[in-house]
Amino acid sequence: MSSPENTALLEIKNASVTLGSKTVWKDLDLCVAEGEFIAVIGANGSGKTVLLKTILGQLSLTEGSIELSGKPVSVGSRKIGYIPQHRQLDEGVPLRAKDLLRMGLDGHRFGLPIPSPKTTARVNQMLLQVGAEEIANSPIGKLSGGQLQRIRVAQAVIDKPKLLLADEPLSALDLKQQSLVAELINQQRVANNSAVLFVTHDVNPVLEYIDRVLYLANGQFRIGTPDEVLRSDVLSKLYGRSVDVVRNQGRIAVLGSTDHSHHHDEEWL
Amino acid sequence: MDKLFDFSDYDLLIPLVQNSLIAGLLLGIMGGLIGVFVMTRDMSFAVHGISELSFAGAALALLAGLNVALGATFGSIVAAIIIAIMGSRAKDRNSIIAVLMPFGLGIGILALALYEGRAANKFGLLTGQIIAVDDPQVYWLIAVAIIVVIFLLLIWRPLNFSSLDAEVALARGVPTRTLGIVFMLLLALSVAASVQIVGALLVMTLLVTPAAAALRLTSSPLLVPLLSVIFAVTSVVGGILLALGGGLPISPYVTTVSFLIYLMARIVEKFRPQKVG
Repeated sequence: MSSPENTALLEIKNASVTLGSKTVWKDLDLCVAEGEFIAVIGANGSGKTVLLKTILGQLSLTEGSIELSGKPVSVGSRKIGYIPQHRQLDEGVPLRAKDLLRMGLDGHRFGLPIPSPKTTARVNQMLLQVGAEEIANSPIGKLSGGQLQRIRVAQAVIDKPKLLLADEPLSALDLKQQSLVAELINQQRVANNSAVLFVTHDVNPVLEYIDRVLYLANGQFRIGTPDEVLRSDVLSKLYGRSVDVVRNQGRIAVLGSTDHSHHHDEEWL
Repeated sequence: MDKLFDFSDYDLLIPLVQNSLIAGLLLGIMGGLIGVFVMTRDMSFAVHGISELSFAGAALALLAGLNVALGATFGSIVAAIIIAIMGSRAKDRNSIIAVLMPFGLGIGILALALYEGRAANKFGLLTGQIIAVDDPQVYWLIAVAIIVVIFLLLIWRPLNFSSLDAEVALARGVPTRTLGIVFMLLLALSVAASVQIVGALLVMTLLVTPAAAALRLTSSPLLVPLLSVIFAVTSVVGGILLALGGGLPISPYVTTVSFLIYLMARIVEKFRPQKVG
């Protein structure tokens, strides 16, 4: 059990996805170790969300394989936690912060909806861990963006998953909340030794935590440390045209990387 | 006024409507519970659409001399399946319901126009029955209500998860699509049963109003269904009891009680700044 291969949590081998006539990405090889933090970056339509869907078992690969702890991935794995993008929920929804959190633990279970003392204890413990005791009873529609994402992180980790998938969890948050939520995700990663695949437009809020970057563009990809991948020459080759990676005061920006049919010519990272 | 409320001979009348009261109680429990999901899944308009097709099914059954309850159930299940399959997105759903609804009503009206039996039977399908519900019908209502409540309780948690937090529920492996279809079938049964008592045009008073009132008062996932059931039962049983003496359909009494509860919920909400946790 102590051989190095066994520390590989997620193994993506020779994977390709074709949707209709479009190859989203192909020949993807990625081995994620336990506890590893990987940022998944790329323009809209580069297949970041498709990658998450294949790992969740919601979308089949056209070719290749994905294994989690040595077994092919399947829908509803208890080993995976999921943090969605921030979306404001309706005020009239019959759900308080602690109820949203509880659904991460028992929301999938059939049977009479009687809360057990054990799950209640776990929910309270988790609220304490993410510093959300005061908002526990707030209706979900009344939470701020940062508060809601805090609960989302807790909801994703309450079942102690080995792998956390985060789909743009910081979008629509202000800079301060971005760094607080990123810090919380990292803190939970360390506490549970769970790996994180973090899909994002902007690598800066998680730059200090990540081990590697998976950069998707044009159906191709680059994997490596931020210093290996986030470079003008590497990304220019990947995009097939001139791209500038600018570093300023510890922040990174990629200029001129998306095609001209988009509204923005510059993709900031 | 004497015609509206007549409480003379009340002690003699109660035993006669005992069956109706039991059916009303069960319909209230069923309507209050499923109403919570009608609200959280934004299905109020679907309830209306299903009830019109339920009416068409009942009217056709009446014309053909078949069991009306069965016809109502058949009509609402057909509607529910069409809406479930073709309307997974809210926008599609609304247009499909808007297309189905007048078609169902039209078919129903045609069938009633051709029907040559008792006039009260015709009118009852749209606006509700006069109190005395006969025995086989009551047993059928009781059976439907029990089936819906049991199934609803068993799928409550995952259905709640997929209704309120669809994206994460799907990621967690909740079969959101299957649950959506099961829910539509349960809703179809509830509508068909409610049509028997309050009529096709007024079904929402049981399946929407009580839950909407409850949601005004609390966000607790336990208190919302509880209050919703209490409001629905109060409306149906209260409506039946108020209507008892007058010999009029019970539906106006039920809808009025239901509406007044909703009104009170809004007033209470307004004068209380913070929702109960």
